Amino acid sequence: MRIRINGDTHEVDVDVRTSLLDLLREHLGLTGSKKGCDHGQCGACTVLINGRRINSCLTLAVMHDDDEIVTIEGLGSPAALHPLQAAFVRHDGFQCGYCTPGQICSAVGMLDEVAKGWPSLVSEPGTDAVALTDEEIRERMSGNLCRCSAYPNIVDAIRDVAGAGA
Amino acid sequence: MKTFDYRRADSPAAAVGAAAAARTRYIAGGTNLLDLMKLQIETPERLVDINRLDLHDVEDVADGGLRIGALVPNSDLAAHPAVRERYPLLSSALLAGASGQLRNKATTGGNLLQRTRCYYFYDTATRCNKRDPGSGCSAREGVNRILAVLGTSDQCIASHPSDMAVAMRALEATIVTLTPAGATRRLAIGELYRLPGDTPHIETVLEPGELITHVELPPPPPGRQLYRKVRDRASYAFALVSVAGAVAVEAGEIRAARLAFGGIGTMPWRDPAVEAALIGQAPGRPAFEAAADALLRDARGHGSNDFKLPLARRTLVACLAELTRETGR
Repeated sequence: MRIRINGDTHEVDVDVRTSLLDLLREHLGLTGSKKGCDHGQCGACTVLINGRRINSCLTLAVMHDDDEIVTIEGLGSPAALHPLQAAFVRHDGFQCGYCTPGQICSAVGMLDEVAKGWPSLVSEPGTDAVALTDEEIRERMSGNLCRCSAYPNIVDAIRDVAGAGA
Repeated sequence: MKTFDYRRADSPAAAVGAAAAARTRYIAGGTNLLDLMKLQIETPERLVDINRLDLHDVEDVADGGLRIGALVPNSDLAAHPAVRERYPLLSSALLAGASGQLRNKATTGGNLLQRTRCYYFYDTATRCNKRDPGSGCSAREGVNRILAVLGTSDQCIASHPSDMAVAMRALEATIVTLTPAGATRRLAIGELYRLPGDTPHIETVLEPGELITHVELPPPPPGRQLYRKVRDRASYAFALVSVAGAVAVEAGEIRAARLAFGGIGTMPWRDPAVEAALIGQAPGRPAFEAAADALLRDARGHGSNDFKLPLARRTLVACLAELTRETGR
């Protein structure tokens, strides 16, 4: 199959059982996306498919030819960090760092959802312009767990970038 | 994970044709199916990938209703202007479920068919009549905090996990399918699900290979709408109790009421007696308590889920107060 990841096209031959996460990590050496629970409960494996954030552990690689996948490796580089990567460093938005690539990919997808006016459970009904309060950030990021509980600083980092982009 | 034959369908007819083989499952979002396949609770011999079928649209229907393609993702449906404006309880229910990542993948059809999150269904070292018919039920005597108090049987007390399906029960959705014989079938959502009885492994009336193509909503019910979910943490948890409600009050009297419940039933729950207890009554504690009495008349706890009876009562009363509150106060 052919799959596009971070702008590169890869020709790969995979067992049908291979999750997208395992393809990234085990076949392509893109180990930025992390395997936490492998059951869609922790968010460490979050990547962007055609711009939408999803759990890469809960989808099969074979279902994604033609799709455009972006992982943490595709967002920024050590020399040129993505604004969210820089904000996580600035705000100390991690301790062990294992959940961080998933947090950042999720936040990228989440901010795009906010830009589209998508509501969350805590949004004021009937409004299209989402005010990205801390409550909104926490609700929208609830699919990304941090066992070190760096949540306050993660929220600070995301709020910082969202404010700058608004 | 057991291996399987992977097929991709490009039309509903082709999908149904490919699903004629034994032990076939359709895969759309895959967020529940792959989870269960990793644990070998689901062991299909063939997966038919239906993501390329043309079932991704939400369309207005002439009568004022809505026709939703089975592949519309939960997040898109929750954000759809028609859903937010005319069916806000459905938008709320969708947003109360799972996480942003899962809602981006999970589909309308798949959400309806997701399996229970009963701990014992998931733990293959325990007995479960749903996972392994005839093996028994470890949940009845076990930790059953999240499990059902209505619609249970001696064989199974598993709760249905969906929020969306509860909302759709209150909205009287119709499930449209393509049968293996090629016919279109229409089922009221209440007819889709089966009570566990002696066959808890059979959860719906769908035939093997029958494909959900659309969900149709009739015009929205009159009155105010609400979806309230009570759970163990503020976000990203299944319901202990949830209420989907639409209630209309006119001239100091409840004229119309639709109420459906999650977390407490073995299927998305709706009971006409609850609504009958409200119609024609003045909004207030006596009518709300009578509705709760009707809801819980056959409810039975199993130890660690006994708390769901008072919790369901209080949640229903609180929701009815909110739904019938005079505006401007």
